[in-house]
Amino acid sequence: MEEIPKEKLLWMYETMVKIREHEERVAELFAQGKIPGFVHLYIGEEAVATGVMAHLRKEDFITSTHRGHGHFIAKGGNIKASMAELFGKATGICKGKGGSMHIADLDVGELGANGIVGGGIPHAVGAALGIKLNGLDNVAVAFFGDGASNQQNFHEAINLAAIWKLPVVFVCENNLYQISLPYSRQQVIKSVAERAAAYGIPGVSVDGQDVFAVYEVAKEAIERARKGEGPTLIEAKTYRFRGQFEGDPQVYRSKEEVEWWKQNKDPIVLFERTVLEKGLLSKDELDEVREKVKKEIEEAIKFAEESPWPKPEEVLEDVFSTPTKGELVWQW
Amino acid sequence: MAVVREITFAEALNEALDYEMSKDPKVVVMGEDVGRYGGIFGVTKGLIEKYGEERVRDTPIAESGFIGTGVGAAASGLLRPVVELMFIDFLGVAYDQIYNQAAKMRYMFGGKAKIPVVIRTVSGAGASAAAQHSQSLHALFIHVPGLKVVYPSTPYDAKGLLISSIEDDDPVIFIEHKMLYGIKGPVPEEPYSIPLGEADVKKEGKDVTVVATALMVHRALEVANKLEEEGISVEVIDPRSLVPLDEETILNSIKKTGRLVVVDEAYPRCSFATDIAALAVNKAFDSLKAPVKLVTAPATPVPFSPALEKEWMPSTEKIEKTIRDVL
Repeated sequence: MEEIPKEKLLWMYETMVKIREHEERVAELFAQGKIPGFVHLYIGEEAVATGVMAHLRKEDFITSTHRGHGHFIAKGGNIKASMAELFGKATGICKGKGGSMHIADLDVGELGANGIVGGGIPHAVGAALGIKLNGLDNVAVAFFGDGASNQQNFHEAINLAAIWKLPVVFVCENNLYQISLPYSRQQVIKSVAERAAAYGIPGVSVDGQDVFAVYEVAKEAIERARKGEGPTLIEAKTYRFRGQFEGDPQVYRSKEEVEWWKQNKDPIVLFERTVLEKGLLSKDELDEVREKVKKEIEEAIKFAEESPWPKPEEVLEDVFSTPTKGELVWQW
Repeated sequence: MAVVREITFAEALNEALDYEMSKDPKVVVMGEDVGRYGGIFGVTKGLIEKYGEERVRDTPIAESGFIGTGVGAAASGLLRPVVELMFIDFLGVAYDQIYNQAAKMRYMFGGKAKIPVVIRTVSGAGASAAAQHSQSLHALFIHVPGLKVVYPSTPYDAKGLLISSIEDDDPVIFIEHKMLYGIKGPVPEEPYSIPLGEADVKKEGKDVTVVATALMVHRALEVANKLEEEGISVEVIDPRSLVPLDEETILNSIKKTGRLVVVDEAYPRCSFATDIAALAVNKAFDSLKAPVKLVTAPATPVPFSPALEKEWMPSTEKIEKTIRDVL
């Protein structure tokens, strides 16, 4: 393992803890009825977004999924505005029009969570095409789940990226369940990464609970992309500690199985163990990060709670960019 | 002094693409056989020679993938793609990228995204192309908020509207009727734009208003010219863009004539035709002197045999009979 600068280690820890804290608080707020709609939490998968995003710049693009809070936070999205969005408030990053499944922050290259499984994968390819044709050295990263790897968009988008040698990295977060269907009953191959062979690109499978392993694999893939050497498919084997969505009765897996993952494969615990054992970071430094993150999340919640609701007339706004003559937003 | 030539509908579209590509390096063309082949109807002919393979991209047959790529490229702010969906009938394999992704991004993201993508596609019967290559599915796009829908009838309109569509920051579905590619009409050599949302009164009249789109505009005009000899004055309106819709021109005409016939080469229910009928009843009821009548295809798939297809399409005979019915 290469030496990771201390500043980067602290960023990785802060990002994972921030995602965890954010998601735990969101679960509570959802249970209290303060956050409406559907909520899909990223708890347990923090190392994937963090290990990948450690290599991205603000100008790089990502596309996300319905389980998108972690990607958003790791890419540097505005957390106050996203929390307000989860509440459906006017100050939300999407003005209360998107919610959890459509969180986006174009200012940091976050092209959006997506309510359609696999829907965002071609968008990353499109951003990568834009990068290439504009002669930039940025990259685009598509995040998606194991379920999405059976969708046409996965296959079509990867093939396009391969034939056009685009600067894009495909990151499959294989959390072992497509809602209720186990991975072993969705596909017969051992790893989603094997599918890379069908498109003539490198494919690699990595322990998604080990942020250092994800970091290593992502580094190589992103460097390849930046150098114009084309796309890579990464499968990060991971596990969601909570249900598919909040309120999921989880009849398809045992409590023991979930407990085992929490006890043995918690990415934050694994990180702490490594950095403390190796003396890379001190206990005080870790505690300090946790305190800071807690404060930041509480401030975001306070901001969201105190923010006003959108005004009724805003229903009709933001459908189109370019004004025209004639009726654009039709109402009887 | 403007030079106006007689050129075909396909050539007019080609000039619009050529102009936009010459003007803005962000404009790229993508689709099946749009490169060396020049598009199966010849619309993208010569572009790859002029602008190269990077900007004129032949794609695999993977409509969802390449339309989604166009949408993502547009959302990234780095490109203004013009993507070709070879036949509108192929919409089914790519619809999600259009109606759930392109159409909704700006709204879902609170007005922050611009999605400057044009999806050019081919519709219409008349070529014995049967049920999966002949449909008129514009209603499926009109129905979904967030898409602009353009459906021109003349070479002149085609060029000006395609230029406006490419310069527009919203997703535009630009529909081309396959039986119109070969028709000729006067088109200025230099670029010009026609604003979306402006209907064109193709023929003025005072007895009855006919609203028609694309190929049906030509059939309506043929009937109007014939009836003129009998002293029946038919006003023919081509909305040109279906979203946005120039309600004002349509309603003013209905208020003038008191009668409305809508001619739409599409399935009859939940259609553009029923939409215009509802508009008339809702906003010009007091002006109507007769029931609103619709001339559309029947609710069947498009048949193959020329004998059957001719019967399926709204004919000049049906249009004429319907106009006489409301007089």
